[in-house]
Amino acid sequence: MTDVAETCVQENPVERYLRMDRIPHIWCPGCGIGTTVNCFARAIEQADVDLEKLAIVSGIGCTGRVAGYLNFDSFHTTHGRAIPFATGLKLANPDLKVVVYSGDGDLVAIGGNHFIHAARRNADLTVICVNNFNYAMTGGQAAPTTPLDAMGTTAPYGVCERPFNLPFLAKSCGAVYVARWTTYHVRQITKAMVEAMNKDGFSFVEIISPCPTLYERRNRLGSGLDRMKWFKENSVIKNGSDTRNIDIAYQQPIICGKFVDIDRPSLLEVTEAKIGDIRGKQRWADVSRRQKKSIEQTE
Amino acid sequence: MAKESATSVSSEEKSAGAPKKARGQVYILQERCKGCGYCVEFCPLGVLVMSSRFNAKGYHYPEVAHAEKCSGCDLCGMYCPDFSIHGARRPTKE
Amino acid sequence: MAGYDSGSIVGAHYLDGDHAASEGAIAAGCNFVAGYPITPSTEVVERLAWRFPITGGTFIQMEDEIASSIAIQGAVWGGAKAMTVSSGPGISLMMEHIGLAAMTEVPCVFVNVQRGGPSTGLPTLPAQADMMQARWGSHGDYEVIALAPSSPQECFDLLIHAFNLSEQYRVPVLFMMDESIGHMTERVVIPPSKQIKLVPRRFTKLGPGEYLPYRAGDDLVPEMTQAGVGHKVHITGLTHDEQGYPVMNADCQHQLVTRLVDKIRNNVDKIAFYHEDEIEGADVVVVTYGITSRVSMRAIRAARQEGLKVGHLRLVVVWPFIEEYIRSLAGKVKALVVPEINLGQMVLEVERCARGQCEVVLVSHAGGTVHNPQVIYDAIMEAGR
Ligand code: SF4
Ligand code: SF4
Repeated sequence: MTDVAETCVQENPVERYLRMDRIPHIWCPGCGIGTTVNCFARAIEQADVDLEKLAIVSGIGCTGRVAGYLNFDSFHTTHGRAIPFATGLKLANPDLKVVVYSGDGDLVAIGGNHFIHAARRNADLTVICVNNFNYAMTGGQAAPTTPLDAMGTTAPYGVCERPFNLPFLAKSCGAVYVARWTTYHVRQITKAMVEAMNKDGFSFVEIISPCPTLYERRNRLGSGLDRMKWFKENSVIKNGSDTRNIDIAYQQPIICGKFVDIDRPSLLEVTEAKIGDIRGKQRWADVSRRQKKSIEQTE
Repeated sequence: MAKESATSVSSEEKSAGAPKKARGQVYILQERCKGCGYCVEFCPLGVLVMSSRFNAKGYHYPEVAHAEKCSGCDLCGMYCPDFSIHGARRPTKE
Repeated sequence: MAGYDSGSIVGAHYLDGDHAASEGAIAAGCNFVAGYPITPSTEVVERLAWRFPITGGTFIQMEDEIASSIAIQGAVWGGAKAMTVSSGPGISLMMEHIGLAAMTEVPCVFVNVQRGGPSTGLPTLPAQADMMQARWGSHGDYEVIALAPSSPQECFDLLIHAFNLSEQYRVPVLFMMDESIGHMTERVVIPPSKQIKLVPRRFTKLGPGEYLPYRAGDDLVPEMTQAGVGHKVHITGLTHDEQGYPVMNADCQHQLVTRLVDKIRNNVDKIAFYHEDEIEGADVVVVTYGITSRVSMRAIRAARQEGLKVGHLRLVVVWPFIEEYIRSLAGKVKALVVPEINLGQMVLEVERCARGQCEVVLVSHAGGTVHNPQVIYDAIMEAGR
């Protein structure tokens, strides 16, 4: 590393947020996950976030490794369960800014139940989902996000199921911020991450990413670079689009943009209001006389 | 970990004397590069080309072809999945 | 660091085991509970949902037991003392996260109000058939601590002890109640909080850069931290080194897993805790735990009246198992009689440790109710003959 220090005049701005003792990372050449990490590193500088209080929670999978590379309090949990872990972390310590950073299979297949409920209860979390259309860590199996007709190792004749439209899912469950971009849109991703982290409640950013090793290769879509060029040519930016109309179809244009940015009291806000009320006024209302006496005794 | 022999190609070194007014500068750690080509493709000003040489891992890495054009926009840094390149604005003193 | 708000009720109360466990949690300083309704454990979370706002804790009803069992671990890293509560099917869903808590060394408590199984089984009726699951339910090699209360009073007292053990050893503790204890209402005396001894979290005093989340001292238990205090820890369920970073090789696996196991096995004498009654000179010793201890007492008394020398060994901490103790006991008695509401679980441990030195008699019951003391009596008499 001394060579780097001597010859590299200026440190890469992402490095101060990375566990440099763990770099180089395990991601393949042309994998989009690293690109999203660059965006995240820039976003946390711009967002209203106390970096000392930032916690990253990932599940399992290629994107699940993000937690292990970011130099914050970072938790690499079990498959699909990053969101409930993050919910507990945030509720126990509301001063923290908790970001869930994981992949599509982790967040919306095995973790789908937690995803919809966290959105429903408007848990104070930012969820970043890198969607590469397949289970990559295990070798390219079809996922609930793989477009109809695309190939996966478990769909050798093409997928027979309709995939999730994640922004629609998030919105209908109650997310207060929803955006979708591809890894081609680095500036927009950064902005979306900033906006998402500045929201109270459940904010969601989907990032469509190449997985050249598995998804692109199996579907003969070329290299990561080919895919990025395809994103560039086939992304249609429609901010404010009705999320019902932004399904992803195999090799059809991808509609990107910010779709939801609303305000709704978050889980913490509602809880604080209710519990504050109980602690204040109704403190004794439900407590029997005898219990009241014993509580007073202890205080 | 393999020894990281990094090259930071400052614009001056690469194209001697030419770009006094280049607004930015690009830094490359060629040993960390995995040759995806994103930086070369998406540099809006065509500063970079892929080298015909290989790094220790066997990947082609980017080289600066037109240092004078670099604006320091850092798009290469935003794209690079391997944290091996970034751009910075040069101080505009005097 | 998080302060533990007390606010327990004190004095004598008429409580069932579920409610007593809730109060035990509050008295233990527990301030985060995530749960999901399931019979016969629901009353624990119902009471906490009502009580926590008053005592300064947070209760959240999650979407399932999987979520509950990991939300509590997030909460622990947020600085809370945390617990979840469930029964058979729910506990089965939590197994992966008991493994996570063991692997990442998260102090927390899993309450299992046991009901008849397998599958949906007997939701409203008792069993003790999750004893082996408690020990072996998650994959891989690991150790946990498990306690078995036998009365509502113990649901209170021992739950505090369960929290203390989890903090002392940074280990998940399973609290093995059963439906009959959970729904049995008795006098429960709650001492003032000053008289309750709590083991505080072993927070590190080391600063960022010095602290390694999995570097353990002589007792093999590393010190804790929490998110947001500057340590920037990385916590993973992958095999990890002292820094918490994943290392995929046999050496690291050996070091980590043997430490996780040894920190409990080397301390069995300190952790394990049991009640002895007339063991000295006994011909037959009845080995019991949980509700079955109380049922057995009737049979034991009757057998003693017949002139038989019967001892009673009641396991309070069931895991880790008191291997040495049983081995030496087996050398001194004619028989060990093990009644349990399952078709033979802890009896396997007793048998293993007895090493053929004495007869080991199982008095099994498939669940749905407690034993009739008569069958235990008959087994004692038969063994003592
Ligand atoms: S398998 Fe796919 S998603 Fe995983 S690192 Fe490689 S390119 Fe990225
Ligand atoms: S983007 Fe990075 S990894 Fe890709 S060619 Fe450029 S420097 Fe190499």
